[in-house]
Amino acid sequence: MSHWIIAPIVLPALLAPFIVLAARYHIGIQRALSLAGVVALVALAFGLAWQASDGTITLYQLGDWAAPFGIVLVADALSTLMVLLTSLLAFCVLLYAIGSGWDARGRHFHALFQFQLMGIIGAFLTGDLFNLFVFFEVLLIASYGLMIHAGGNARMRAGVQYVLFNLIGSTLFLFALGAIYAETGTLNMADLARRVALIGPDETVGIRVAAVLLLLVFAIKAALVPLHFWLPSSYAEAPAPVAALFAIMTKVGAYAIIRVYTLIFPPALAATQGLHDLWLLPAALVSVAIGMAGVLAAKTLDRLVAFAVIGSMGMVMVTISLFTPEGIAAALYYIVHSTLAGAALFLIADLVRTGRGSLELTAQPPMAGAALSAALFFVGAIAMAGLPPLSGFLGKLLVLNASFTAPQAVWIWAVVLVSSLVGILGFARAGSLLFWKAKSLPPQEGETANAAPHPLAYVAAGGLIALLVGHTVFAGQIHGHTSKIAAQLFDPAPYMQSVLDTAGKLSTPQEGH
Amino acid sequence: MEFLVASAIGILTAGGIYLMLRLRSFPVILGISLLTYAVNVFLFTSGRLTIGAAPILAEGATAYTDPLPQALVLTAIVISFGMTAVVVMIGLGAFLGSGDDHVDDQPAPETADAEGRS
Repeated sequence: MSHWIIAPIVLPALLAPFIVLAARYHIGIQRALSLAGVVALVALAFGLAWQASDGTITLYQLGDWAAPFGIVLVADALSTLMVLLTSLLAFCVLLYAIGSGWDARGRHFHALFQFQLMGIIGAFLTGDLFNLFVFFEVLLIASYGLMIHAGGNARMRAGVQYVLFNLIGSTLFLFALGAIYAETGTLNMADLARRVALIGPDETVGIRVAAVLLLLVFAIKAALVPLHFWLPSSYAEAPAPVAALFAIMTKVGAYAIIRVYTLIFPPALAATQGLHDLWLLPAALVSVAIGMAGVLAAKTLDRLVAFAVIGSMGMVMVTISLFTPEGIAAALYYIVHSTLAGAALFLIADLVRTGRGSLELTAQPPMAGAALSAALFFVGAIAMAGLPPLSGFLGKLLVLNASFTAPQAVWIWAVVLVSSLVGILGFARAGSLLFWKAKSLPPQEGETANAAPHPLAYVAAGGLIALLVGHTVFAGQIHGHTSKIAAQLFDPAPYMQSVLDTAGKLSTPQEGH
Repeated sequence: MEFLVASAIGILTAGGIYLMLRLRSFPVILGISLLTYAVNVFLFTSGRLTIGAAPILAEGATAYTDPLPQALVLTAIVISFGMTAVVVMIGLGAFLGSGDDHVDDQPAPETADAEGRS
C-alpha cells in the first residue's frame, strides 16, 4: 500500500505546528519553510495526478482497517485534479503574500496557511462523509484565523458574520450526517452508495431529508443564491492573499456536490428525483444573474470581484446540475478556470489598493504602478467575463454546448448569455473608472504618493494569469482529461470495488455485502 | 423515552433557531450553542436508543449499543466547543473595536475605507 496519498495532508499538518513552535519570531524562516512546504506539495500533487490520470483509483486505509469500519482516503482522477489545483493556487498566493508583505502584518499567517491547505486537501481526498466534516472544520477554523489576519474593525465585523454563517452550516452538516447514519448505518461514501440504492421506495423519507440537508450544506459552501450572503463582505474584507486562497473554498462545496450526488445519490436514484433539475438548476441560474448584476452594481473593486466569484460559481453549478458526463466535464474545466481567474482578480485588486490607497470605483488621480496593474486587470477581467481568447470563453462555450440538449436549454442559454453581457459591462466600467478616468484628473499636490507594489507581487499575480493562459492553450488536453474524470464518476462500480473489496483488518471480502 | 429525547431535540432546535435570527451577536452565539447541543443529542440517538447495554465487547454482555455515534458525538462536541470559543473571541474583538455588536452590515462611515483596512 502506497503511503504517498496521505503525504499532502501530513506534510502541512506537521509543518504548521513546527512553524509556530520553532520559527515563531523569525518571519524569514517562516517564509522559507512555508514556501518549501508548498513546493513539495505541488510536486506531490503532480505525482498523484500522474498516477490517477490513467483511471487508477488508489486507496489508503488508515491504520489498515478495512473500508466500512476504518477511514479511507481515495485518490481518483477527480480528487487529484482538485489537489493539484489547490497546490498550484497556494504556491502563487504564498508568493504574493510574501511579496506584498501581507504575511508580516499579523502573526501566524504561515502556520494558518498550512492548516488551511491541510483541510482543503483532506476534504478532497477523503472517502468518508464524517471525515469530510472533520476536514471541513479544519479548513474553516484555519480560515477564521486567516480571515481576521491583520485585524481592523471592518474585518472583525465581517469575520463574525463569516464564522456565524459557517457554524450554522456545520450544524446542518451534522444533522445531515446523523440522519444518514440513522437511515443506513454507515458513513463511508462507497458503502453508502450501495446501501442507499437498496432502500425500498416506501422508506425513503429519512434519506430524502438527509440528501436535501446535505445539498444545503454544500450549497452554503459553494455560495449558491440564496445562501450566498456570507460571501461578499467576508471575501471583500479578508486580506487579499486570503481572499485569493478562499477562491478554492467555494470549489470545495462544488466538489462535494459532484462527489456525493454522482456516487451516493446519483441522478437515476428515484428517492432524490427532482433535486437536481427542479431545485439546483434554478438556484444556480439565479446565482449567475445576481453575481453579474452585483458586478455591475458594486461600488468598490473588491466587492465587484466577490460578486464575480458568485457569478462564476453559479455557472459551475448550472453545469453540475445537468448531471450528464458532458456537463460534469465542462463544470470541471470551468472550476479550474474560475478558481484561477477569481484568485488572480483578488490579487490584482490588492495591487490596485497598494498603488491607489482605496478601491472605490470613482475617478481618482493616477496610481502608482498603473501600467502593469492595468494590464493584469485587463487580462483578468477578460478571463472572468468570458471574452475570447481566454479560458473563460472556452469554459462558457463548453457549458452552453453541454446544456444544448437539456430540456431547460432556453433558460440556461438566455441567462448565461445576457449575464455575460452584464458582466462585461461591469468590468469595463470598473476598468475605465480605475485606469482611464485617472488621466483626466490633475495629480493632487501635497499628498504623499503611494509606493508601487513589490515586483514579487506582480510575479505572483502574473503567475496566476500565466496558469490561465496555459489552461486556455492546453484546453483540448485538459477537457479530454475532465471528460475522462466525468466518465469515471458516472461509472462508480470500480470506485466502490476498490474501496470495499480491498482487504484490511476486520474485512470479510468473500462474504460480500 | 423516545418521545422525551425527540421533544428535547425539537425544543432545543426551535430555541436555537429563534435566537439565531436575532440581530445582536450575543443571542446569535447562544442560539448556535443551543443548536449544537440539539445536534449532539440528535447524533447520539442516530444509533437508536438502548438502555444499559455495553458499547464495546465485554465479558458476559448480552446486548450491545452502537458505539459509533458516541465516537461521532465526541468529535462533534470538541469541534463545536472550539468553534464557539473562536466565535466568542472574534465577536468580542469586533464589539470592543467598533462599540457595536450588530451582526448585520451597517452603512459604513465615509472615511472607514482608506485607512482602516491595511
